[in-house]
Amino acid sequence: MRIVVCAKVALDVSQIKVDASTQTPVLSGAPLKVSDFDKNAIEEAIRIREALGGEVFSVTVGRPESKAIREILAMGVDAAYVVSDQSLKEMDALVTSKVLAAAIKEMGSFDLVLCGESSIDGFTSQVGPRLAELLGIPQLTYARKVSVEGNEVVVERALEEEVEVVKAPLPALVTVTREVNVPRIPTIMDIMKASKKPITQWSLSDLGISPEELKPAVAVEKLQAPKIERKGVILEGLKPEEAAEAIVEALLKEGILRG
Amino acid sequence: MRLCSRRAFSGGSEIVGEIWAFSENVELLHELLSGAEELSKKLGASSAAVLVGDGVREVAEELGRYGADKVYVVDDPAFSAFSPEAYAEAIAQLAKQFEPSAILVGATKRGKELAPRLAARLDAGCATDCVRLEIDEGGRLVVTRWALGGNIAAEEVFLKKPWVATIPLRVFEKRVFEEKKCEVVESKVSVEKPKAVVVESKKKEAGAPLELARVIVSAGAGVKNREDLKMLEELAQLLDGQVGCSRPLSADYGWFPEWIGLSGKKVKPDAYIACGISGQIQHIAGMRDSKVVIAINSDPNAPIFKVCDYGVVGDLYQVVPALIELLKKRKK
Ligand SMILES: Cc1cc2nc3c(=O)[nH]c(=O)nc-3n(C[C@H](O)[C@H](O)[C@H](O)COP(=O)(O)OP(=O)(O)OC[C@H]3O[C@@H](n4cnc5c(N)ncnc54)[C@H](O)[C@@H]3O)c2cc1C
Ligand SMILES: Nc1ncnc2c1ncn2[C@@H]1O[C@H](COP(=O)(O)O)[C@@H](O)[C@H]1O
Repeated sequence: MRIVVCAKVALDVSQIKVDASTQTPVLSGAPLKVSDFDKNAIEEAIRIREALGGEVFSVTVGRPESKAIREILAMGVDAAYVVSDQSLKEMDALVTSKVLAAAIKEMGSFDLVLCGESSIDGFTSQVGPRLAELLGIPQLTYARKVSVEGNEVVVERALEEEVEVVKAPLPALVTVTREVNVPRIPTIMDIMKASKKPITQWSLSDLGISPEELKPAVAVEKLQAPKIERKGVILEGLKPEEAAEAIVEALLKEGILRG
Repeated sequence: MRLCSRRAFSGGSEIVGEIWAFSENVELLHELLSGAEELSKKLGASSAAVLVGDGVREVAEELGRYGADKVYVVDDPAFSAFSPEAYAEAIAQLAKQFEPSAILVGATKRGKELAPRLAARLDAGCATDCVRLEIDEGGRLVVTRWALGGNIAAEEVFLKKPWVATIPLRVFEKRVFEEKKCEVVESKVSVEKPKAVVVESKKKEAGAPLELARVIVSAGAGVKNREDLKMLEELAQLLDGQVGCSRPLSADYGWFPEWIGLSGKKVKPDAYIACGISGQIQHIAGMRDSKVVIAINSDPNAPIFKVCDYGVVGDLYQVVPALIELLKKRKK
């Protein structure tokens, strides 16, 4: 089995500060991390390799952030590929998936591509299905269970109204949800071993694509934090009965309960 | 929500491509058609529904009632089961032939795996989970969606056509056009047999739609056992409300079919009572529009206290029973 995991090094959205005067997020210098669901994808890839043998590769487009790439390797990925280029500034899902497709083709043959359901910062849920289309392979999305049986991948997925089991012949692309597994935390040993694993850096020209082929179709015009207008009445140190009284009073005042 | 144009835009002499709507969810399709109708007026174009499936021809005419000028029908047993591969190919073939300006897709999970695959086939842009759509001075589509973990509104503009956008329930309001007739265009498309197939499908136990609840008592990981939900249900009942939950209670423990938040349902009740919910941004993204937010949490530093109207620092196992007692007394 040759498994490719698409792992994004994303903005750590829980640490983004908002400039109070402009209500805009401060993105320069905001910390980065491996996108949450991509860790689930890495974990799943490693479990499949542990069961069936083979190799797991990661591919990342964007910021060459070596700490995060080392973490990916420490989790058990065999080799990491990073595509970064001066011209890759404004990336929409169209651009990202084209670069990923080119990189995956350059990496050689594969049986399975794993992605997260969505990335924590972009949260478009587009890159997986787009990539499957560009690679000409079936997609199995929102997987909460994955198994490889012979030449097929079988996935359980929860939709709004039903739970489905879907299968497809390999090669195929699977996007996983957070529920699929609990990602392992690398040990000191794993981290030491990771420092010897290969990281391949590519530019666009290494992949034979010119920046002209990578024009985004959607551009972000404005980012704005919504004004949160809440009363913020916090009650501390009350007895349960007093707290209950206070809540009922609030419900009355807000017209939820009638007096 | 209404569509608003920043300035009246007229397409001039050039013919502007249609605004299409697709969703396998009928309710959502009706809403999208209302949006497509409004958007198409702004552009001087017409609106159309796209129906793909087996036996869908018979419902085509009735879509005029919801605003469609035209309905493209692909009715073929090959499409009896939804498949992102086959449906993307079919809609892409139609789009290449008829060159719409926009394809609005219902943002169900199926819609959200179809739209990007379709967009990739058309080399088009796509915007996910749009909550607002406008046409700018240049006649381009500008959408608003929640980005960066769900706490930042992003305005995104399309730089080329076609525009593919996914739109969740309740962004557009369904309207009925009593007299409106629509033209039905039956199309034959042939697609490759999809490689991914469904081998088993089980209906989930259906809960009442949380989107319509006036009061939501929401359970978080501070609730330790499944039996303890009874207490929250009792509270909800006393307030004429329903019980909802944060993601772990549904996705990890399987106590609920759906959860509230960025990756779950978006709700806007009159009152949202968060019990044992820490208030991570991804959860807030689903309940931000609630009128009044009340939080009960034992940790004074829980982030939920920064985004609530009334916060009680305390043990929900003590506060909720006391609240139930008090409400019962009041009822008497
Ligand atoms: C991309 C992405 C998407 C996500 N989408 C969603 C989503 O749609 N919806 C969602 O909910 N989450 C979502 N999450 C997960 C989210 O980040 C949080 O992990 C989740 O909301 C936490 O749920 P919780 O508040 O119930 O649990 P916790 O964070 O574990 O909080 C439990 C709270 O209960 C309190 N508590 C404990 N005991 C008591 C007691 N006896 N009385 C009172 N309080 C008590 C604790 O102080 C704590 O604050 C998403 C995460 C990611 C990365
Ligand atoms: N820049 C990137 N590099 C590698 N993988 C990515 C990148 N962007 C997105 N992905 C993959 O696509 C998934 C969905 O991302 P998104 O479409 O941004 O929500 C992620 O979970 C990753 O698996």
